[in-house]
Amino acid sequence: MLGNSALVEIKNLRTYFHLPEGTVRAVDGVDLTIRRGRTLGIVGESGCGKSVTALSLLRLVPSPGRIEGGEILFYRTVEEASASSALTDVIDLARLEPNGREMRSIRGNQISMVFQEPMSALIPVRTVGSQITEVITLHQKVSEAEAREIAADMLARVRLPKPRQALDDYPFQLSGGMRQRAVIAMALCCRPKLLIADEPTTALDVTTEAQILDLMRELQKEFGMAIMYITHNLGVIAEMAETVAVMYLGKVVELTDVKTLFMSPLHPYTRALLRSIPQLTDAVARGTKKPRLQTIEGMVPDPYSVLPGCTFHPRCPERLPDLCDRVEPGVSEVAPGHSVKCHLYSSP
Amino acid sequence: MPEPTHQDEPLLEVKDLVKHFPIRRGFLKRVVGYVRAVDGVSFHVMEGETLGLVGESGCGKTTAGRSILRAIPPTSGEVWFRDPVLGPVDVTKLDREQLRQVWRNMRVIFQDPYASLSPRMTLLDIVGAPLRAMGLATGKELEDRVAEMLQLVGLRPEYMRRYPHAFSGGQRQRIGLARALAPNPKFVICDEPVSALDVSVQAQILNLLEDLQEKMGLTYLFVAHDLSVVAHISDRVAVMYVGKIVEMAPTAELFLSPRHPYTEALMSAIPRPDPRPREKRILLKGEVANPANPPSGCYFHPRCAYVQDICAKEEPPLEEISPGHWVKCHLARELRLTGAVQL
Ligand SMILES: Nc1ncnc2c1ncn2[C@@H]1O[C@H](COP(=O)(O)OP(=O)(O)OP(=O)(O)O)[C@@H](O)[C@H]1O
Ligand SMILES: Nc1ncnc2c1ncn2[C@@H]1O[C@H](COP(=O)(O)OP(=O)(O)O)[C@@H](O)[C@H]1O
Ligand code: SF4
Ligand code: SF4
Ligand SMILES: [Mg+2]
Ligand SMILES: [Mg+2]
Repeated sequence: MLGNSALVEIKNLRTYFHLPEGTVRAVDGVDLTIRRGRTLGIVGESGCGKSVTALSLLRLVPSPGRIEGGEILFYRTVEEASASSALTDVIDLARLEPNGREMRSIRGNQISMVFQEPMSALIPVRTVGSQITEVITLHQKVSEAEAREIAADMLARVRLPKPRQALDDYPFQLSGGMRQRAVIAMALCCRPKLLIADEPTTALDVTTEAQILDLMRELQKEFGMAIMYITHNLGVIAEMAETVAVMYLGKVVELTDVKTLFMSPLHPYTRALLRSIPQLTDAVARGTKKPRLQTIEGMVPDPYSVLPGCTFHPRCPERLPDLCDRVEPGVSEVAPGHSVKCHLYSSP
Repeated sequence: MPEPTHQDEPLLEVKDLVKHFPIRRGFLKRVVGYVRAVDGVSFHVMEGETLGLVGESGCGKTTAGRSILRAIPPTSGEVWFRDPVLGPVDVTKLDREQLRQVWRNMRVIFQDPYASLSPRMTLLDIVGAPLRAMGLATGKELEDRVAEMLQLVGLRPEYMRRYPHAFSGGQRQRIGLARALAPNPKFVICDEPVSALDVSVQAQILNLLEDLQEKMGLTYLFVAHDLSVVAHISDRVAVMYVGKIVEMAPTAELFLSPRHPYTEALMSAIPRPDPRPREKRILLKGEVANPANPPSGCYFHPRCAYVQDICAKEEPPLEEISPGHWVKCHLARELRLTGAVQL
């Protein structure tokens, strides 16, 4: 039924920033599908457009950024009270008014988010409890007292040690890990269909990060929401994602299941990225001689540049002469669910 | 040509280093307690060696580095450095003039390549600053030296007149490296030098650090929280928890057979770029202890899966349980722990 069906389909999304220095094509023709109850990971180096993709979906792109084109189809479930059955309708989020009634009823409710810095998601001068209850009363028809009950229950579910007491705590009274738990509770209190997590553990200690990752996996089982998980950390991607999109300069260059990504990556950029991570096994197995890391030549070009052909061609060790620097490669599906944007894999 | 080395003598020896920051409250700014940022740390670094220092944020890595350099005055302890001019000296006891001499040979590079470079200085000013301040070069000679340094770290000498904002994170880290290495030092503290960088840039900088070590005969204290990076670059690794070293061993030995429960948990927590299911993961309870109010006995005892009665009462000593392998745990000899890597 709804099991594996698409929840969000992003089609040819383009989000640009028009700056005096030039136009930044932060997201430049992205196609992605988020399935119900599944985790889509997005990985790539700083500036490749991960966060702007997420912000576009939430309609929170700051000006002078603008969605220039494409669709963000949200397959919304409409609860039919009378028939007690669930219907879906499709709505193009890219067409909505960013601060209109409709978008506000979706954001924080059916689609919610957790960002890197838990402090910025919480207002410092208000208690954790009042902030969570506010989100609940905004989207649900419940009394103040009922909302407080729901909030306490959510804080318990994110395994905050003393959930009732935490309701009356101010954000600064909680540690970094506890704050991120509170933010996750706030994001989940309306039982979203999609949780967007943008580097939610990057600011945390490794041992706290492990706790939060574990918690998010458990909560996903419990609540059944889809997760769009954004990170630059390939280790975190390996743990969290089922399907992974690798982004480079505003485009998805490879999309596949997580096993294939690590075991048999195809795109030259993905392969180079994976080779450049130091491996514990190499470090331990070596003698006294340190193995050199493989690097990607050159640097990510500046964001204003418009490169002809494949945007990775200046750095690609496998570029094809007379082709890669002129013609932009299309997306080839090399196996079911595995697609690559590279001339090496395009069928003649 | 690197100077002749003394392979079997430590270049740096830190003995019982302590740095406590006072916590002041109220109108009279009375001292109401201390943050025990570095709480009795001892180790040595051999000439030409890289010692890795790992631990979670706030465990005292940066404070240890700054105290060793005497960028901040340590509360107590000794820092013995074999200076090529002054000979073996205790850095904590030097006067201003001697410190300036020692700082030619003890240098530091920082985590944040953005914050650590002044936006109003050109690369020539930035990289040349230590040379000018130490009276090592002026005029044309200074420019030549800066050009040489830029080339050494993989930047074009023509960039000399540019300002740092025009450079990427990786390039700025190269600038920081050129500045640190300009006086031709012996010892460099690298404080999270690649933590702010993307993996592909991180790989370039790690390779560069290794090349320069070989070319210039450098000795590194490499501070980081990323265990794979530390494993890659270090000959030996020290693990810190709340201001103390809890374990120290040659790299392969530490990762194959850790002997401290915190090291085991830390290794188990690292997200690994490998989607295959792994052994049972150790999830620690609670969070890193507060260095202003550490637990009794072993600082790790509230989170330790192997805790015994004695652990809350007595602080375990840092003991050498096999040659070169130091552990601070009452049960170090009994526990069989899981490493990050199984061969
Ligand atoms: N508010 C903004 N104004 C101008 N340009 C922006 C803005 N936000 C993002 N950009 C640009 O858009 C591009 C994509 O940025 P984005 O934040 O999505 O990267 P990211 O993949 O999330 O990177 P990171 O890993 O550093 O978070 C970059 O070139 C960035 O400089
Ligand atoms: N100038 C300072 N004043 C007070 N406390 C400090 C100061 N610098 C560091 N600390 C505290 O000392 C502890 C160790 O910090 P630091 O050395 O920066 O850790 P690390 O580099 O391992 O992340 C932390 O609790 C930190 O808050
Ligand atoms: S299209 Fe050409 S340049 Fe681009 S990744 Fe493929 S081979 Fe390399
Ligand atoms: S001394 Fe006790 S509490 Fe501390 S690490 Fe060892 S077993 Fe755990
Ligand atoms: Mg981002
Ligand atoms: Mg630090």
